Amino acid sequence: MAENMRMRAQLKGEVTEVKVLMTHPMETGRRKSDFGDFISANFIQLVSATIKGKQVLEAQWGTGISKNPYLTFHLRGAKVGDIVRVSWTDNQGKTGEGEVAVTLA
Amino acid sequence: MVQRRKFIKALFALSALALVPIKAFAAMWNTLAFQATKLQEAMAALQISNVTLSNDIQVIAPDKAENGAVVQIEVTSRIPNTESIAIFVENNPTALIANFVFGEGADGFVVTRIKMAETSDVLAVIKSGNRYYSAKKRVEVLENGCG
Repeated sequence: MAENMRMRAQLKGEVTEVKVLMTHPMETGRRKSDFGDFISANFIQLVSATIKGKQVLEAQWGTGISKNPYLTFHLRGAKVGDIVRVSWTDNQGKTGEGEVAVTLA
Repeated sequence: MVQRRKFIKALFALSALALVPIKAFAAMWNTLAFQATKLQEAMAALQISNVTLSNDIQVIAPDKAENGAVVQIEVTSRIPNTESIAIFVENNPTALIANFVFGEGADGFVVTRIKMAETSDVLAVIKSGNRYYSAKKRVEVLENGCG
Protein backbone atom coordinates (compact mmCIF):
# COMPACT_ATOMS: atom_id res chain seq x y z
CA MET A 1 0.00 0.00 0.00
CA ALA A 2 2.70 2.40 1.03
CA GLU A 3 4.67 1.79 -2.17
CA ASN A 4 2.16 3.31 -4.56
CA MET A 5 1.06 6.39 -2.63
CA ARG A 6 2.50 9.13 -0.42
CA MET A 7 0.08 11.36 1.48
CA ARG A 8 -0.01 14.26 3.89
CA ALA A 9 -3.05 15.97 5.49
CA GLN A 10 -2.34 19.18 7.40
CA LEU A 11 -4.83 21.30 9.29
CA LYS A 12 -4.14 24.99 8.55
CA GLY A 13 -6.70 27.17 10.29
CA GLU A 14 -10.09 25.95 9.07
CA VAL A 15 -8.79 24.16 6.01
CA THR A 16 -7.13 20.77 5.84
CA GLU A 17 -4.72 20.57 2.94
CA VAL A 18 -4.41 17.03 1.57
CA LYS A 19 -1.46 16.30 -0.73
CA VAL A 20 -1.21 13.01 -2.57
CA LEU A 21 1.57 11.61 -4.74
CA MET A 22 0.73 8.35 -6.52
CA THR A 23 3.14 6.02 -8.28
CA HIS A 24 1.77 5.17 -11.72
CA PRO A 25 3.21 5.17 -15.29
CA MET A 26 0.15 6.95 -16.81
CA GLU A 27 0.81 5.59 -20.32
CA THR A 28 -1.40 7.20 -22.96
CA GLY A 29 -1.22 4.33 -25.45
CA ARG A 30 0.14 6.77 -28.05
CA ARG A 31 3.79 6.41 -27.03
CA LYS A 32 6.17 4.05 -28.87
CA SER A 33 8.82 1.87 -27.27
CA ASP A 34 12.43 1.77 -28.51
CA PHE A 35 11.35 -1.12 -30.75
CA GLY A 36 8.73 0.98 -32.50
CA ASP A 37 5.61 -0.71 -31.12
CA PHE A 38 3.02 1.16 -29.12
CA ILE A 39 3.14 0.89 -25.34
CA SER A 40 -0.37 -0.05 -24.25
CA ALA A 41 -2.48 2.49 -22.41
CA ASN A 42 -2.13 2.22 -18.65
CA PHE A 43 -3.61 5.10 -16.67
CA ILE A 44 -5.65 5.87 -13.58
CA GLN A 45 -9.33 6.46 -14.41
CA LEU A 46 -11.03 6.87 -11.05
CA VAL A 47 -9.85 8.46 -7.82
CA SER A 48 -11.86 8.63 -4.63
CA ALA A 49 -11.14 10.34 -1.31
CA THR A 50 -12.93 9.89 1.98
CA ILE A 51 -12.59 11.37 5.46
CA LYS A 52 -13.78 9.27 8.38
CA GLY A 53 -15.38 7.01 5.77
CA LYS A 54 -17.44 9.82 4.16
CA GLN A 55 -16.75 10.52 0.48
CA VAL A 56 -15.44 14.04 -0.18
CA LEU A 57 -13.93 13.80 -3.64
CA GLU A 58 -14.48 11.67 -6.71
CA ALA A 59 -12.37 12.28 -9.79
CA GLN A 60 -12.32 10.84 -13.29
CA TRP A 61 -9.00 11.08 -15.08
CA GLY A 62 -7.94 10.66 -18.69
CA THR A 63 -4.49 10.09 -20.17
CA GLY A 64 -3.62 13.79 -19.73
CA ILE A 65 -2.61 13.51 -16.08
CA SER A 66 1.17 13.37 -15.70
CA LYS A 67 3.14 10.26 -14.77
CA ASN A 68 3.22 9.69 -10.99
CA PRO A 69 0.09 11.81 -10.46
CA TYR A 70 0.10 14.65 -7.97
CA LEU A 71 -3.04 15.99 -6.34
CA THR A 72 -3.89 18.59 -3.70
CA PHE A 73 -7.38 19.25 -2.36
CA HIS A 74 -8.87 21.15 0.58
CA LEU A 75 -11.26 19.86 3.23
CA ARG A 76 -13.28 21.77 5.83
CA GLY A 77 -14.44 20.59 9.24
CA ALA A 78 -11.70 18.00 9.66
CA LYS A 79 -10.05 17.45 13.04
CA VAL A 80 -6.59 16.29 14.01
CA GLY A 81 -6.52 12.50 13.94
CA ASP A 82 -9.30 12.10 11.34
CA ILE A 83 -8.32 9.53 8.72
CA VAL A 84 -8.18 10.63 5.09
CA ARG A 85 -8.19 7.78 2.63
CA VAL A 86 -7.51 7.91 -1.12
CA SER A 87 -7.95 5.07 -3.60
CA TRP A 88 -7.59 4.72 -7.35
CA THR A 89 -8.51 2.28 -10.11
CA ASP A 90 -6.76 2.22 -13.48
CA ASN A 91 -7.95 1.13 -16.94
CA GLN A 92 -6.38 -2.30 -16.45
CA GLY A 93 -8.35 -2.87 -13.26
CA LYS A 94 -5.43 -2.39 -10.88
CA THR A 95 -6.08 -0.47 -7.69
CA GLY A 96 -4.05 1.49 -5.17
CA GLU A 97 -4.85 3.11 -1.88
CA GLY A 98 -3.36 5.03 0.98
CA GLU A 99 -4.45 6.71 4.17
CA VAL A 100 -3.12 9.30 6.56
CA ALA A 101 -4.26 10.97 9.78
CA VAL A 102 -4.82 14.75 9.81
CA THR A 103 -1.99 16.55 11.63
CA LEU A 104 -1.45 20.17 12.65
CA ALA A 105 0.62 22.14 10.15
CA MET B 1 -17.73 -30.71 6.34
CA VAL B 2 -15.95 -28.11 8.46
CA GLN B 3 -13.33 -27.82 5.77
CA ARG B 4 -15.95 -27.10 3.15
CA ARG B 5 -17.67 -24.53 5.35
CA LYS B 6 -14.36 -22.75 5.83
CA PHE B 7 -13.77 -22.78 2.13
CA ILE B 8 -17.18 -21.31 1.38
CA LYS B 9 -16.68 -18.62 4.02
CA ALA B 10 -13.33 -17.71 2.51
CA LEU B 11 -14.91 -17.56 -0.92
CA PHE B 12 -17.56 -15.14 0.30
CA ALA B 13 -14.94 -12.97 2.01
CA LEU B 14 -12.93 -12.81 -1.22
CA SER B 15 -15.86 -11.88 -3.42
CA ALA B 16 -16.86 -9.15 -0.94
CA LEU B 17 -13.34 -7.72 -1.13
CA ALA B 18 -13.43 -7.73 -4.92
CA LEU B 19 -16.67 -5.73 -4.93
CA VAL B 20 -15.47 -2.95 -2.64
CA PRO B 21 -13.44 -0.82 -5.08
CA ILE B 22 -16.23 -0.93 -7.67
CA LYS B 23 -18.96 -0.01 -5.22
CA ALA B 24 -16.91 2.91 -3.88
CA PHE B 25 -17.51 4.86 -7.09
CA ALA B 26 -20.94 6.17 -7.94
CA ALA B 27 -20.08 7.14 -11.49
CA MET B 28 -18.64 5.07 -14.32
CA TRP B 29 -15.70 6.43 -16.25
CA ASN B 30 -17.03 8.65 -19.02
CA THR B 31 -15.44 6.98 -22.06
CA LEU B 32 -17.14 9.25 -24.59
CA ALA B 33 -15.91 12.45 -22.90
CA PHE B 34 -12.35 11.23 -22.43
CA GLN B 35 -11.98 9.90 -25.98
CA ALA B 36 -13.30 13.06 -27.62
CA THR B 37 -10.61 14.78 -29.65
CA LYS B 38 -12.44 18.11 -29.95
CA LEU B 39 -13.09 20.38 -26.99
CA GLN B 40 -16.77 20.87 -27.92
CA GLU B 41 -17.38 17.10 -28.15
CA ALA B 42 -15.73 16.50 -24.78
CA MET B 43 -17.84 19.23 -23.18
CA ALA B 44 -21.00 17.88 -24.78
CA ALA B 45 -20.26 14.40 -23.43
CA LEU B 46 -20.12 15.90 -19.93
CA GLN B 47 -23.46 17.68 -20.59
CA ILE B 48 -21.74 21.06 -20.28
CA SER B 49 -23.60 23.88 -22.03
CA ASN B 50 -24.16 27.65 -21.79
CA VAL B 51 -20.82 28.30 -20.17
CA THR B 52 -20.35 31.76 -18.63
CA LEU B 53 -16.89 33.29 -18.18
CA SER B 54 -16.31 34.06 -14.52
CA ASN B 55 -13.80 36.14 -12.57
CA ASP B 56 -14.55 34.05 -9.50
CA ILE B 57 -12.48 31.22 -10.93
CA GLN B 58 -8.72 31.38 -10.83
CA VAL B 59 -6.55 29.15 -13.02
CA ILE B 60 -2.90 29.26 -12.03
CA ALA B 61 -0.45 27.74 -14.51
CA PRO B 62 2.99 28.73 -15.82
CA ASP B 63 3.12 31.20 -18.77
CA LYS B 64 5.75 28.96 -20.35
CA ALA B 65 6.31 25.25 -19.82
CA GLU B 66 9.75 23.92 -20.82
CA ASN B 67 8.46 20.36 -20.78
CA GLY B 68 4.84 19.58 -21.59
CA ALA B 69 5.03 16.26 -19.73
CA VAL B 70 4.53 17.94 -16.36
CA VAL B 71 2.61 21.21 -16.13
CA GLN B 72 1.24 22.11 -12.72
CA ILE B 73 -2.30 23.53 -12.76
CA GLU B 74 -4.13 25.04 -9.80
CA VAL B 75 -7.85 25.84 -10.01
CA THR B 76 -9.69 27.79 -7.31
CA SER B 77 -13.43 28.44 -7.55
CA ARG B 78 -15.06 31.06 -5.33
CA ILE B 79 -18.43 30.31 -6.91
CA PRO B 80 -20.85 29.22 -4.16
CA ASN B 81 -21.82 25.57 -4.22
CA THR B 82 -19.08 24.48 -6.61
CA GLU B 83 -19.92 20.85 -7.39
CA SER B 84 -17.18 19.98 -9.84
CA ILE B 85 -14.13 21.24 -11.72
CA ALA B 86 -13.39 19.88 -15.19
CA ILE B 87 -10.01 20.62 -16.78
CA PHE B 88 -9.58 20.74 -20.56
CA VAL B 89 -6.59 21.34 -22.85
CA GLU B 90 -7.97 22.35 -26.23
CA ASN B 91 -4.92 21.38 -28.32
CA ASN B 92 -4.21 17.99 -26.74
CA PRO B 93 -4.96 14.75 -28.66
CA THR B 94 -7.89 14.30 -26.26
CA ALA B 95 -9.19 17.53 -24.75
CA LEU B 96 -10.56 16.39 -21.40
CA ILE B 97 -7.88 15.96 -18.76
CA ALA B 98 -9.88 15.35 -15.60
CA ASN B 99 -13.18 15.96 -13.86
CA PHE B 100 -13.15 16.45 -10.08
CA VAL B 101 -16.47 16.12 -8.23
CA PHE B 102 -16.60 17.50 -4.69
CA GLY B 103 -18.65 16.18 -1.82
CA GLU B 104 -19.80 18.07 1.25
CA GLY B 105 -16.74 19.17 3.22
CA ALA B 106 -14.46 19.69 0.21
CA ASP B 107 -13.62 23.12 -1.26
CA GLY B 108 -13.83 23.92 -4.97
CA PHE B 109 -10.08 23.73 -5.27
CA VAL B 110 -7.61 21.38 -6.90
CA VAL B 111 -3.93 21.23 -7.82
CA THR B 112 -2.65 18.62 -10.24
CA ARG B 113 0.01 18.09 -12.91
CA ILE B 114 -0.98 17.53 -16.52
CA LYS B 115 0.50 16.70 -19.93
CA MET B 116 0.36 19.23 -22.76
CA ALA B 117 1.17 18.37 -26.38
CA GLU B 118 1.56 21.96 -27.54
CA THR B 119 0.79 25.57 -26.68
CA SER B 120 -2.85 25.81 -25.67
CA ASP B 121 -5.42 27.33 -23.40
CA VAL B 122 -6.03 25.39 -20.20
CA LEU B 123 -9.74 25.64 -19.53
CA ALA B 124 -11.46 25.04 -16.20
CA VAL B 125 -15.23 24.54 -16.19
CA ILE B 126 -17.11 24.72 -12.88
CA LYS B 127 -20.56 23.26 -12.27
CA SER B 128 -22.81 24.92 -9.72
CA GLY B 129 -26.43 23.82 -9.70
CA ASN B 130 -27.45 23.71 -13.35
CA ARG B 131 -25.03 26.44 -14.35
CA TYR B 132 -21.54 26.23 -15.82
CA TYR B 133 -18.77 28.79 -15.39
CA SER B 134 -15.30 28.87 -16.87
CA ALA B 135 -11.90 30.50 -16.82
CA LYS B 136 -8.79 29.83 -18.86
CA LYS B 137 -5.08 30.37 -18.93
CA ARG B 138 -2.74 30.25 -21.95
CA VAL B 139 0.33 28.05 -21.50
CA GLU B 140 3.13 28.17 -24.03
CA VAL B 141 4.67 24.70 -24.38
CA LEU B 142 8.23 24.40 -25.65
CA GLU B 143 8.47 20.59 -25.70
CA ASN B 144 5.67 18.13 -26.46
CA GLY B 145 4.72 16.19 -23.36
CA CYS B 146 2.35 13.66 -24.85
CA GLY B 147 5.00 11.52 -26.57
